[in-house]
Amino acid sequence: MRTLAVTAPSRAMLGHLAWVLRRNPLTALASAGALALCLVALFSPWLTPYDPIASDVPIALQPPSAAHWAGTDQLGRDLLSRIIAATRLDLAIALSAVGLSFVVGAVIGSFCGYAGGKLDRAVGRLVDVLMAFPLFVLAMAMVAALGNRVENIVVATAIINLPFYIRFARAEVNIRRDLGWVEAARAGGESHASVVLRYLLPNILPAMAVQISLNLGWAILNAAGLSFIGLGVRPPTPEWGILVAEGARFITTGKWWLVAFPGLALMLSVLCFNLMGDGLRDILDPRQRT
Amino acid sequence: MSPLLRIENLSVTFATRAGPIEALRGIDLTVGAGQTLGIVGESGSGKSVTAFATTRLLDRAGRIAGGRILFKGQDVSRLSGKEMQALHGAAISMIFQNPRAALNPIRTVGLQLADALRAHRDLSAAAARARALDLLKAVLIRDPERRLDAYPHELSGGMCQRVMIALAVACEPALLIADEPTTGLDVTTQKTVMDLLARIAAERGMAMILITHDLGLAAKYCGRVVVMERGRLVEEAAPGRLFAHPQHAYTKRLVAASPTPNSTLADLVGETRPAGSGIPAAPHPAPPRGTALLLEVQDLVKRYGNAAAVDGISLRMRPGESLGLVGESGSGKSTTSRLICRLIDPSEGTILFDGQSIGDVPARDFHRSELRRAIQIVFQDPNDSLNPRFSAFDSIAQPLKRLTGLRGAALRARVMESAERSGLGPDLIDRFPHQLSGGQKARIGIARAIAVRPRFLILDEPTAALDVSVQAMILHLLDLLRREDDLAFLFVSHDLNVVRMMCERTIVLQNGRVVEEGASETLFARPQSAYARELLAAIPHFDPGAPLAATA
Repeated sequence: MRTLAVTAPSRAMLGHLAWVLRRNPLTALASAGALALCLVALFSPWLTPYDPIASDVPIALQPPSAAHWAGTDQLGRDLLSRIIAATRLDLAIALSAVGLSFVVGAVIGSFCGYAGGKLDRAVGRLVDVLMAFPLFVLAMAMVAALGNRVENIVVATAIINLPFYIRFARAEVNIRRDLGWVEAARAGGESHASVVLRYLLPNILPAMAVQISLNLGWAILNAAGLSFIGLGVRPPTPEWGILVAEGARFITTGKWWLVAFPGLALMLSVLCFNLMGDGLRDILDPRQRT
Repeated sequence: MSPLLRIENLSVTFATRAGPIEALRGIDLTVGAGQTLGIVGESGSGKSVTAFATTRLLDRAGRIAGGRILFKGQDVSRLSGKEMQALHGAAISMIFQNPRAALNPIRTVGLQLADALRAHRDLSAAAARARALDLLKAVLIRDPERRLDAYPHELSGGMCQRVMIALAVACEPALLIADEPTTGLDVTTQKTVMDLLARIAAERGMAMILITHDLGLAAKYCGRVVVMERGRLVEEAAPGRLFAHPQHAYTKRLVAASPTPNSTLADLVGETRPAGSGIPAAPHPAPPRGTALLLEVQDLVKRYGNAAAVDGISLRMRPGESLGLVGESGSGKSTTSRLICRLIDPSEGTILFDGQSIGDVPARDFHRSELRRAIQIVFQDPNDSLNPRFSAFDSIAQPLKRLTGLRGAALRARVMESAERSGLGPDLIDRFPHQLSGGQKARIGIARAIAVRPRFLILDEPTAALDVSVQAMILHLLDLLRREDDLAFLFVSHDLNVVRMMCERTIVLQNGRVVEEGASETLFARPQSAYARELLAAIPHFDPGAPLAATA
């Protein structure tokens, strides 16, 4: 009996998904792109045509060819292999950073929005202080202080994203906290904490999902940016920011592919996540499902 | 003479995901110059669509599929955008339901009036301001010079609606369409706003279409009334005839379901009264005097900053008793109900439930109290009282899990039983709120509250957002549940007729204080305080007439 009830909504969910994607082909395209990126990241060791780290100096700095689709770099490494290998690291950094700031930010923000009063004001001012810093410089300082490691990039990126999630969750919870169903949950024996975590948080997820998607693109850029200026991931580890940084030295001598292809990968991934955001909101909003 | 507005065989369809929906299926109506036509019907009947089609304000999904709308002989549906703009305001104008939302929040009232005036006439800024002042005087706003520079948020709901009226009549339109102009306003405010509208229409010889769900309002202010049901006109007549001798089955149901000063719950749902009983039966026999008190509230005060929302309210209830709490917005009735429900903490005063003091248990810890189960509440707006991400089953089951510890098959059985007792079919139990109608959502709210088997139920305007026919069924259901479970009701409402039918005793609140208290029958027949008299006098009535009572 329960299984019937479970399969019916999930079929409806699939139908709804198909409907949203058909109505909005751009979302479909962006979602497909994001999915492809994730697959590439997952299976990158099997997808790279060459070893991304092994150098082969005799064939250094070759333009794109049938053997090396994206050309080779100054040490003769296959650029396409390096871009593919970098996908995993960049996505991993972005996903874990955004995941971290989402979880922490949504919980803090929700409690502030629900409780209001002193807690809300104190956290609000703290967030203001955090946002008053130039965020990228703040991330640079944190990585520099904590040490040049991947975990620290994740933490730094998560912290500079935190204010947005706190503010967002606070605002979304704030407009819902006086609704009948929140009071009804209280009358139904729920504590304040469980009202926030089990009632309000799930309700703000659709709105948060949009923020997450937009943020993913931004976090990828941020991680690449840190590596570009020499903080965070260090060569020879393939990473998009490093690839662009290394290629930049050769751009004056006409070796355009060294910058163009990693840059393109970076741009496309940011674009995909940003476009997906709007589509996600439509998919997750239960009111759209009929 | 040709009428001012003639609608011929008008059909409107809306394109939706589920395919086209016919909102209007060929309606015909006419309004002569200076006449007032009432359009009544329940939600979804197409009354607002008629107005929007006439003013060409249909949203993009809507399309006039057939028929003509002739205004002064000109087909409105064929006018260009520019011609239409000239028509808006100067010839046809409209007042909407929510006046606050219809005014621009960042421009002063005077500027908005001047905008409307200057859009249709060549006026200097100073002249427009002078004219705006005249308009505010015409709508009887106190202190008009100062209000001219006020922003909408500085005005009360009633005042905003007066400003809307001033805006609507600014360019002397020949026809004014008022779409539920007083819904959401207090009865006394409703009366002043409607009296004003009627006076202005009469003074200026303006024709008016009044769209409302309130039969009493239509009866009092309209010369002719049409009844709409699912996109069709089912009946048209003078209000006296229409409500005294309704011809169509739907009109009969609608008239029967509308509470009047004499109706009983049985009348509302069309049950036959036992033959020979001349006096309407009391809602429920009052419990014997000697019974121990269930609830005793003493000098309850709730302050927000310096203002007291509740200012020393005392009340007593016996088990199984039903007490009505009436008052206008700001009277403190909702705050009182939440204090007693222990959702918020009182500033002063005591609340004894079944002899135990519950007022001093902080609201944040009351969910752990064993009395949490005993005191339940049904909320006003069924649309926002259900978690959008919970199915009907989850909404009813969650409090049960928390408060009774029921699990598995026993839980399911209790949920199904409560749903059934609340009139919710088992086929609806796995649906989400957005897949249900307002009445169905209200039933879930009731099922959720009674599932834990409370002894005391607070009903906070449980039917205020529902159509009258649905309201009738819900009230009947509540009364039935009360008898079956011997529940005590605290019935909070602004609708005095509903309270009279549901409660043996009534308390009238004003500004957080009790102004009158007594048996409902006496209080409604012979109110003692001036405020209660004013409240009662403000309710628009229609007289169902003797023949109806005989057939009912």
